[in-house]
Amino acid sequence: MLSVKNLHASIGGREILQGVELEVHAGEVHAIMGPNGSGKSTLAQVLAGRDIYAVTGEVLYDGKDLLAMKPEERAREGIFLAFQYPVEILGVSNMYFLRSALNAIRKHRGLEELDAVDFLGLVDSKMKLLGMDQNFRERPVNAGFSGGEKKRNEIFQMLMLEPRLAILDETDSGLDIDAMKVVADGVNSLRSPGRAIVVVTHYQRLLNYIVPDFVHVQVNGRIVKSGGKELALELEEKGYVGVEEGFAEEAQSTKGSAVECRM
Amino acid sequence: MPDVITPQEVYLASFQALKKRLAAKEPGWLQRLRQEAIQAFTELGFPTTRHEEWKYTSVTPIAQTPFQTPWEQKDLSWKPETAALEPWRSLSDVCLVFVNGSFCESLSSFQGLPSGVKAGNLASLLPGSPDGFMEHLARYADHRNHPFIALNTALWQDGAYLWLPKGTVLERPVHLLFISTAKDAPLVSHPRSLVLAERESQATIIESYLGVGEGVCFSNAVTEIVAGENTVLDHYQLQLENERSAHIATLQVYQDRNAHFTSGSVSLGGALVRNEVNAVLDAEGSECVLNGLYLAQGRQHMDNRTSMDHARPHCSSRQHYNGILDGHAAGVFNGRIIVRPDAQKTDAIQKNRNLLLSEEATVNTKPQLEIFANDVRCTHGATVGQIDPEALFYLRSRGIAQQDARNLLIYAFAGDILDRIRPAEVRTRVENALNARLASAPT
Repeated sequence: MLSVKNLHASIGGREILQGVELEVHAGEVHAIMGPNGSGKSTLAQVLAGRDIYAVTGEVLYDGKDLLAMKPEERAREGIFLAFQYPVEILGVSNMYFLRSALNAIRKHRGLEELDAVDFLGLVDSKMKLLGMDQNFRERPVNAGFSGGEKKRNEIFQMLMLEPRLAILDETDSGLDIDAMKVVADGVNSLRSPGRAIVVVTHYQRLLNYIVPDFVHVQVNGRIVKSGGKELALELEEKGYVGVEEGFAEEAQSTKGSAVECRM
Repeated sequence: MPDVITPQEVYLASFQALKKRLAAKEPGWLQRLRQEAIQAFTELGFPTTRHEEWKYTSVTPIAQTPFQTPWEQKDLSWKPETAALEPWRSLSDVCLVFVNGSFCESLSSFQGLPSGVKAGNLASLLPGSPDGFMEHLARYADHRNHPFIALNTALWQDGAYLWLPKGTVLERPVHLLFISTAKDAPLVSHPRSLVLAERESQATIIESYLGVGEGVCFSNAVTEIVAGENTVLDHYQLQLENERSAHIATLQVYQDRNAHFTSGSVSLGGALVRNEVNAVLDAEGSECVLNGLYLAQGRQHMDNRTSMDHARPHCSSRQHYNGILDGHAAGVFNGRIIVRPDAQKTDAIQKNRNLLLSEEATVNTKPQLEIFANDVRCTHGATVGQIDPEALFYLRSRGIAQQDARNLLIYAFAGDILDRIRPAEVRTRVENALNARLASAPT
């Protein structure tokens, strides 16, 4: 489904991604872990189409050149990024925003626009699943939301838009354990043979609830180690430095951030 | 340049012609008023950008255009394009229509106006004007020092009047619809309106300025509103002149004790636009709220100027103006707050936010606070910003096309002001006009 080859991304002359390689197939759940500043969020943003980076390399999505597609085209083709920092948009209600998005995607897929009744029915069922308050519907997008509410809203949008490839960027950070379980339940409800999920996280904790098929360790803009779900536990136990042993070059240059990560 | 007719002389000639036409019909006091006003205009002349009040707005295009007055035009036949007018005419059952400054009875309607309320065209009150009403004319808007108010006062032909007796409550808005339409020759009109709200009355008044056709027009409007004790007045001004026309308007408000006045000004049209709202809070407990939205593109120039005169203690005022500027458009906001020595416990807030959509668009925003009392709360804030690229990316990452996402953010910015428009029928029409504007904007 997703094939990333030798992906580089830089901003302001600083190279953040330095040759990322990643293969994701339908039905799989991948976790990308790594210390702060290792470029995990940049990878997520580049895949979603953020245009502030100078990008080289190749990304194929269902065999198509993803890097040539606009962000909205990627979304319509089924890519969804749950933002690490969801943006506040004053003056636009959640419902207006979501209906515009859903109908743009449905139109692209050759489906009819949902009418107000069907739309609100769908909204209610997803909101119930995530334990969200009704008053959220008419509130402006993310404005005045707590950190947890924002993250929950990302998952809510994901459930509404039903992506084929969902990328979750640090969706677990700042959530208490109950909120995290709710979020994980939401993500797990989306798991299916036709879909793939990429979870970008700093902590192993979330992976107890969203159990990945593959775990990758990203350091200094490259994926330095890949393995099964047990790799996440190893990371938890030994820290990034421990896992990096044998990757002398990388370990040398990331000690600072690895220490910071353990604190 | 001895052979060149100065811009002022064109208007002086108009005045002489008007004087002849109206001499028999108008009472002496009005003739004297007109004479005094044209005299003031002759002395003041058209302002230049050297005048502090006109620093950012050049009226040279107005001064240099040989505008004709409607009665100078041979071909006055105008067939109302009712289809274009209908959305506006249907705004309220009470609708007074003026075409190039003249009352158009066939298009007007007074349905459902409660008995006791007097409304109609101002010229019909002459010469035998009702007691106590016409004495308010030109008492508030300063024709001695403001060249365009002077011109209007000298040359006005007609406009609306509304007289709300004590305790009247109007359920439906009174809509004053001013249509400008010109053929080959540029045309000027000077609509003049007067609203007298006696104590405890309540009403919503809408002034719409609508350009029909492609001709060049200049509307120079003055509206005076006298808000009596304990009145509640909502006023909306919608400016939709065509993009070749000039629009200069002064709304002059006088507020008595505990009068509550709210104004919503929306400017979408016009090549050269200047809206002035001047309120005098002349008795304790009065409240004034001025909201405004201006959206300019291409080479439109929009200047909004407010003056909030806190003359007495315990009054409050709120001003919220948002501007959206695209293309090579220029915006101006000048918000003046005067707190007189006597006006203790004044509570005044002024906010002006601007959204620039292009590199070439400009805005000049200037708060002007003159505070002579010591126990007051006065705050002001002005911002100039651009579309937030992160918000744009967020919307696009959900499948919304770039242009739609951009419009959604512009619309949200406008929504801050649109949400303050209370009557749903007004808000809907403004939203439609705004959407049409955004849809037509070059990308």
